[in-house]
Amino acid sequence: MSTPVAHGSIRRRLMLSLLASAAVLAIVVYFVVQSVARQVAQESQDNVLTASALSILDSARLSGGEISIDLPYSALSMLDSISDERVFYAVRLEDEFLSGYADLPEAKEDGTATPAYLSAIFLGEEVRVATVRRRMSTDTGRSFLKVSVAQTLSGQKRALARISRTSMGIGAGFFLVSVLLAALISRSTIRPLDRLTSSVSRRGPKDLRPVAAPVPSEMVPLVTSLNSFMRRLQQSLMRSEDFIAEAAHRVRTPLAVVRTKAEVAQRKSDDPETRKALREMIRAIDDSSRTAGQLLDHAMVTFRLDHLEREEISLHRLVQDTVERMRPTSELKDVTLEATEVETAVIKGDPILVQNALHNLLDNAVKYSPSGAEIHVALTITDDGAKICVNDTGPGFQTDELDKLPQRFARGANTQDIVGSGLGLTIAKEVIEAHGGTLHITNNPGGGACVSLLFPSS
Amino acid sequence: MRQFALSIVLIFAAGWASAFEAEEVARFGPEDSTRELRIISTADIAFFKPMISSFLASAPDTSIEYTVVSSSELQKAIVDEGKAFDVAVSSAMDLQTKLANDGLAQRFTSEATGALPDWAVWNDMLFAFTQEPAAIVVSKSGFGDLPLPNSRNDLINLLRQHPDLFRGRVGTYDVRESGLGYLFATQDTRASEIYWRLTEVMGALDAQLFCCSSNMIDAVKSGDLLVAYNVLGSYAINREDRDEFAIILPSDFTTVMLRTALIPSNAPSSELAALFLNHLMTRSHGQDAQVLTNPALDLSQNEAALNRIRIGPGLLVFLDQLKKRAFLSEWESAILQK
Repeated sequence: MSTPVAHGSIRRRLMLSLLASAAVLAIVVYFVVQSVARQVAQESQDNVLTASALSILDSARLSGGEISIDLPYSALSMLDSISDERVFYAVRLEDEFLSGYADLPEAKEDGTATPAYLSAIFLGEEVRVATVRRRMSTDTGRSFLKVSVAQTLSGQKRALARISRTSMGIGAGFFLVSVLLAALISRSTIRPLDRLTSSVSRRGPKDLRPVAAPVPSEMVPLVTSLNSFMRRLQQSLMRSEDFIAEAAHRVRTPLAVVRTKAEVAQRKSDDPETRKALREMIRAIDDSSRTAGQLLDHAMVTFRLDHLEREEISLHRLVQDTVERMRPTSELKDVTLEATEVETAVIKGDPILVQNALHNLLDNAVKYSPSGAEIHVALTITDDGAKICVNDTGPGFQTDELDKLPQRFARGANTQDIVGSGLGLTIAKEVIEAHGGTLHITNNPGGGACVSLLFPSS
Repeated sequence: MRQFALSIVLIFAAGWASAFEAEEVARFGPEDSTRELRIISTADIAFFKPMISSFLASAPDTSIEYTVVSSSELQKAIVDEGKAFDVAVSSAMDLQTKLANDGLAQRFTSEATGALPDWAVWNDMLFAFTQEPAAIVVSKSGFGDLPLPNSRNDLINLLRQHPDLFRGRVGTYDVRESGLGYLFATQDTRASEIYWRLTEVMGALDAQLFCCSSNMIDAVKSGDLLVAYNVLGSYAINREDRDEFAIILPSDFTTVMLRTALIPSNAPSSELAALFLNHLMTRSHGQDAQVLTNPALDLSQNEAALNRIRIGPGLLVFLDQLKKRAFLSEWESAILQK
């Protein structure tokens, strides 16, 4: 079986795209927070500057037709109250400079809007200027008194640096949370796929039932294809099993007829050459009809495995029955067959299949044991479950074949002169594995072999 | 200490080389030093000498040129003439603040400035190293049995009860002439209305007006004055004849001037200036500080009444021409009573 070529990972791709979008969002959050904060900081600075300028403007009085300004102490000291700032101001009547810093630029209001603001460089440092104005009546007529107040930005810059750090923290926190969520989301997204994978791979080799568990709509086409594929596979398997069974069945009857005829002909013939040829013919016919029988058995086993029944089986009774049934065959071959040790055990399973498996094991043991050999069958309860052991004193197996023997049509190297199909161990193995158990083949140290079936407890 | 040597004290003739008027110039340190620190200051040499000596002891191969000027001449030297000095020291907090605010001072931070209390540093440009209260100085002998006034109210009552005794024998700064006097007066008006009442009472008694604290103290000592108001307490306490007069820190509020230093933006050796400022700050602040002012003038006794003048742009308000004109005319009408 070839391993599929892995190209990329859905989970990784999902994770990466989630992380990429989270990173973009985190950066956006950082800039949004910062720009909002910048705006707020700017506005609050503008408000303080306006308050300061207005308090100067309010202190302007007309006395004797001239404008006097009683600069309030707080007008300038308030600008320095939170952080140390350089502060500048200028008072002008229209374009005539009255007091303060003559060179201080003035924020030009557009239209009637007042106060007006301006960012500029003054005396070597960045400043923010607010300008307010008021109409005054003087000797020379009505004119605007304009007050500009400016402040350096060191406090604002410090605040912005702090906010920048905070928004950096918010962005990073946002990203970290997103990483966590991305991991969770990608895992939960992949989960149905994982579930499907494990439910399919957990199945036994013969389980070709359609997947019935609910799946997300995106996976429905895949599962539909999978189900239809399995249905076709099952149909095709069944068809070939049917075909084999049908063929075996059809072959067996004519073979029996041919064998009878050959026996009769052998008995009637006096020619030793003819007799020998007929004897070999009978042997070949036996071989064929045995194979046909076992193929039928195998087809039956396969069918029953697909619809495995689970009823309670008294394993000790089953062992004894099977041994008794086999006894005529063993006596015919002069092989001692005994159930030596039978403990009481009850398992759940298909009794016909289990009996068939045991029968195949005993049949093998009898068939491959020489005359006078002994076969002991034991049923014991071990820690792992109920264990049926078939011990014989026959030739045993060749060690290098132990793994291959249960494969279909595999036969041991030392069995060439004995009629056999190579299906017996295969059937036994399939049955025991369908019941969740295992089949073990070992050679006994003193000669002979031991084949055991282990049914797990529960 | 071995390089330290007080060398020449030159009395400058007016009009020599520079247009600003130096009262005194002194050189400290070895003649052949490789680096020179130029200090322009309003403080007397005697007042500042301990600080200079201790600095020279820690900085070998350094000499200091110390120029004493009035606060207005200091402004003239730095603002109008752009003279190159490394450190400017002045008691005129408002003018120092204006220098810094107008960008004529360098920003400077160090471990020493970081440890300063908030009131002692402004915008990393201006650093305060003394706290000098404005005091009432009275003549002990002249007062005789009269009780010493503890507050401005006491003083007003005393002056009102004995007008004949005090007529012509009370003195204060002529705020039109003295920057420090103007600073004290304006800060007094911020703190309380009582300043105006006191000024009117003193004006009614034909108060004498002085240019400087030392003249006022001399006048008290000589008996010309019985009471001098808003005398720089640190000058009074540092005099050797200080037992002849009483120095009173008013209990209602005591205005405290902070002497400040800054590094002008055109300082030729600003690194040396930074070293000097660090020395100045470490020595005058902190736990084992050796303050320049006399420890006998214990400000902590009456912490609640201390009215430390806050360094900051608020000080620019009274420098405003319109504001100053208005204040001076009000002051003149109170003290001259013409």
